Amino acid sequence: MTFWDQAVEIARVDLRVERRIGDVLRIILPFAVIALLVFPLALGVDLSAITQLGPAVFWAIGVLFGMQVALRQAADDRPERRDLYSLLGVDPAARFVGRALSGSVLMVGFLIVLLVATFVLYSPRLPSGWPGAVILALLLTAVGLTELGTLAGEVTAGLRSRTALASLIVAPLAIPLVIGGSQTLESLARDTSILPWLLLLVATDLALAVAGVALARPLEEASR
Amino acid sequence: MRLHRVGTHVELEDAGVSLGGQIILRELTLSLGASEVIGIAGSNGSGKTTFLRLLATLTAPNQGSGRVLGAALGTTEVYGIRRDIGLIGHIPTVVAELSLRENLEHATRLIGGDTARNERALQVVGLAEAADRKVEQSSFGMLRRTEAARLLITRPKLLLLDEAFSGLDVDAQELIDALITRTRESGGAVVMVSHDAGHLADRADRVLGVSAGRLERVA
Repeated sequence: MTFWDQAVEIARVDLRVERRIGDVLRIILPFAVIALLVFPLALGVDLSAITQLGPAVFWAIGVLFGMQVALRQAADDRPERRDLYSLLGVDPAARFVGRALSGSVLMVGFLIVLLVATFVLYSPRLPSGWPGAVILALLLTAVGLTELGTLAGEVTAGLRSRTALASLIVAPLAIPLVIGGSQTLESLARDTSILPWLLLLVATDLALAVAGVALARPLEEASR
Repeated sequence: MRLHRVGTHVELEDAGVSLGGQIILRELTLSLGASEVIGIAGSNGSGKTTFLRLLATLTAPNQGSGRVLGAALGTTEVYGIRRDIGLIGHIPTVVAELSLRENLEHATRLIGGDTARNERALQVVGLAEAADRKVEQSSFGMLRRTEAARLLITRPKLLLLDEAFSGLDVDAQELIDALITRTRESGGAVVMVSHDAGHLADRADRVLGVSAGRLERVA
């Protein structure tokens, strides 16, 4: 079994489990949409402010609730299952990659639905050429956020109050992703280059991927 | 430098394990050869499970040294032999949201095995009719049978059983016995732990006790 075969198998089963329990679809997504709805209600009837704030609110809600999507695996990661994977010879790095893969698929779906909800609720005025830039930023943010959540899950494995601790790790480290995602659209609106922000997202994604793969084995051994 | 004896599956020399600053196991010296079955008896909290985790390479010794299937404990060598170790723990290890069949398929795919053999394994463990049940709809005994089917597929060289007979009906106990026999006949070794020394004596070549973290001869 190659590294990638193991990663794909982990991702496949993870997505199957999500399809059955529906944490993202039935719990996290509705709450995120409600949070999007609450903002315009709090702002009152100032429609121009609502329109202007739409993209920023999307990124803020997307990242905050996206953290829950990214961390959902950690809640279900029992020590017995980790031991089983070890004794089946699963490479911990393959497990990290597999979980990041399945999490990214879910995260992209989650952010796309949230984006559609933002259009419906905020009718944001977007600069020309926005679809390509937004989709690219959304994909890179989704991957980075999932890698971050998966890594935080590994760092906190075996600890008490694991979910709370993992959130505390993810929140500050997600800042480059929020900045990169939101500033991509801002730069487009100001007619300046979006490249630096996309590079920030790519660099963050790569750094998290390298850290996740390199640390997977030591973190797994330390969690026991 | 000590030479590893050929054909020895487990070799411990003055090995000790501490967890959270507390000594759980101390001065463990043991040699376990091919086709050998040993039982480890001890009361609750005596360190039996930690002992099995040590042999499963999931816990490293803080003192002394040891080798399992030729790999030195506490080193990176163990990563290469874990695939040859089978462990049945207190709690059956399955993915709760999958069916019994899907659990077996998942394990088979992860080791790069042929899933076509799974149906036969499910038949052998008596799960052919119930394999599509979800874990939550399955009894403890059915989950144990799923683990047994997994071990039929993974064919471990070192089989570790932690109270594996508890809560099982006679048929399921016979299945675990068959696993032990099969492992022994294929040149593997088996370590069983239980609080019931008499239960172990029926199955093991020798029975050791764990008391105050030390191994001692019982029968």
